[in-house]
Amino acid sequence: MTLDKPSFHSSASDTHTAKPQEQKSWVPIVLIGIAIAYLALVQYIPAINVFFQAFSKGVGPFLSNLTRADFLSAVWLTFLLALISLPVNTVFGLCAAWAIARHKFPGRAVVLSIIDLPFSISPVVAGLMLVLLYGRTGWFGPWLQAHDIKIIFAFPGMLLATAFVSMPFVAREVIPILEEFGKDQEEAARTLGAKDWQIFWRVTLPSIRWGLLYGLILTNARAMGEFGAVSVVSGNIADQTQSLPLFVEDAYKQYETEAAFSAAVLLALLAVVTLVLKEILERKTSIKDVE
Amino acid sequence: MTTVSPSLEVERKTPFWKRLGRVPWTWRITIGYLTVMLFIPIIAMFLKASTEPPARFWAIATSDIALATYNVTFVTAIFAALLNGVFGTLIAWVLVRYDFPFKRLIDATVDLPFALPTSVAGLTLATVYSDNGWLGSLLAPLGIKVAFTRTGVAVAMIFISLPFIVRTVQPVLQEMEREIEEASWCLGASQWQTFWKVILPPLFPTILTGVALGFSRAVGEYGSTVIISSNTPYQDLIAPVLIFQRLEQYDYSGATVIGIVLLSISLVLLLAINFLQAWARRYDTR
Repeated sequence: MTLDKPSFHSSASDTHTAKPQEQKSWVPIVLIGIAIAYLALVQYIPAINVFFQAFSKGVGPFLSNLTRADFLSAVWLTFLLALISLPVNTVFGLCAAWAIARHKFPGRAVVLSIIDLPFSISPVVAGLMLVLLYGRTGWFGPWLQAHDIKIIFAFPGMLLATAFVSMPFVAREVIPILEEFGKDQEEAARTLGAKDWQIFWRVTLPSIRWGLLYGLILTNARAMGEFGAVSVVSGNIADQTQSLPLFVEDAYKQYETEAAFSAAVLLALLAVVTLVLKEILERKTSIKDVE
Repeated sequence: MTTVSPSLEVERKTPFWKRLGRVPWTWRITIGYLTVMLFIPIIAMFLKASTEPPARFWAIATSDIALATYNVTFVTAIFAALLNGVFGTLIAWVLVRYDFPFKRLIDATVDLPFALPTSVAGLTLATVYSDNGWLGSLLAPLGIKVAFTRTGVAVAMIFISLPFIVRTVQPVLQEMEREIEEASWCLGASQWQTFWKVILPPLFPTILTGVALGFSRAVGEYGSTVIISSNTPYQDLIAPVLIFQRLEQYDYSGATVIGIVLLSISLVLLLAINFLQAWARRYDTR
């Protein structure tokens, strides 16, 4: 369909050099054009719009939005959520990766799929499951109420939701590296008398460090950015149980578009940092492959 | 690890509960965490749903409003995933095969929807595609309303699912041997024939895998879709929002039933994706 279209490409100054074996040099140009146009419509224009809207009235209003009390409390809460779920998921991810990559057993593919489950479960369903467990009428509801512990519509619930949605990243990134790296060096270390912990610290960790870091960055991005699951269990009370993504939606609904975009800029910057680090770490891991 | 293999014979003879005590602690943490975070919640949900009599379950699951939300959610998600199947493959192709300025940058930004929080995505898409937004104002004279309609839901789903398709197709395309294509050209096939008969068939299962992944993400997506849609029943209300609304009304069984429908579909999709991946691997020569 697209290939039969005649080229109306007007940019004669295009410096693109066609590959010698392709007789029709306009095909790549048209395809590249379509690809970039699609990406622009879907991704680039909306992404630029975030920054444009936040600074549309200048830097002053933007800065004053950033010093609002409810905004600062949302930032702090978001930071706290990531700060706690990050180490928990790292420990789990490393254990799961080690257990899966270092043992051959039947049903391995099933276990891998199970670890991926939080990706395919809708965040709202994830939140719903937590409500059914810890909510007032949930399984643990009566017990929690008797002991005066609040999980749903409070910080612990938000933390559970955050940990749930960001669970698989570390395991997902570390498993392929552990598999490729093999266990020869670990076995050598063991023969030389190293203990489990020493082997992990001195042999395994250095070889998986970039993949692990990559997993950590993705975990952090998801933990800070999660909206659906957290909003189900948070109750969304400003100053108390409102994380930054919830603040964005809430401000938007209250027609405080500027405040919404000011917070959105912060989250968009987080995304940019994530992408940059991701790119760097991907290069590091691919360089290791070549060696 | 090495010490385990000689004792494997003994291992088989010892009873299950004794072997349980020797499970490595990495497994214990993994299984324990998965149990607390994943298995118990899923079981709780299925048990909660099973307290409903089947007739009532069916009535809630297929009520008019529920059916309307499935229509909006699944049909729109299929549309978004298929559209991305075409354009995502094209983007992967362009990134693998051609050289052009800013290629690395464009390659890196494909992952933007992974990294951008969904509420920010919804906020900015709703603004850009609103009637006086950058792109919406261009579409409005044509009579196309995007934000706060079902089209808007589609746009959000397209945004969210695009990287899944590109990132699934890209590595496979990268590993495909150019020689086969060149052979096809030498034998006199046109570019179009080469693409249609030589490149696409082995790539097809991979594209389908990507589409299935994108679809599964689009179906579950909440943050961006809830903001860009007006959440009007029978028009652009998606299933996750319906669950949310049921919860807000303390209608736990209503929420659970719709939740089970969504969860079951993600489980089925997961199986389908695994199957598709196995199918794609059949072309592996190694």
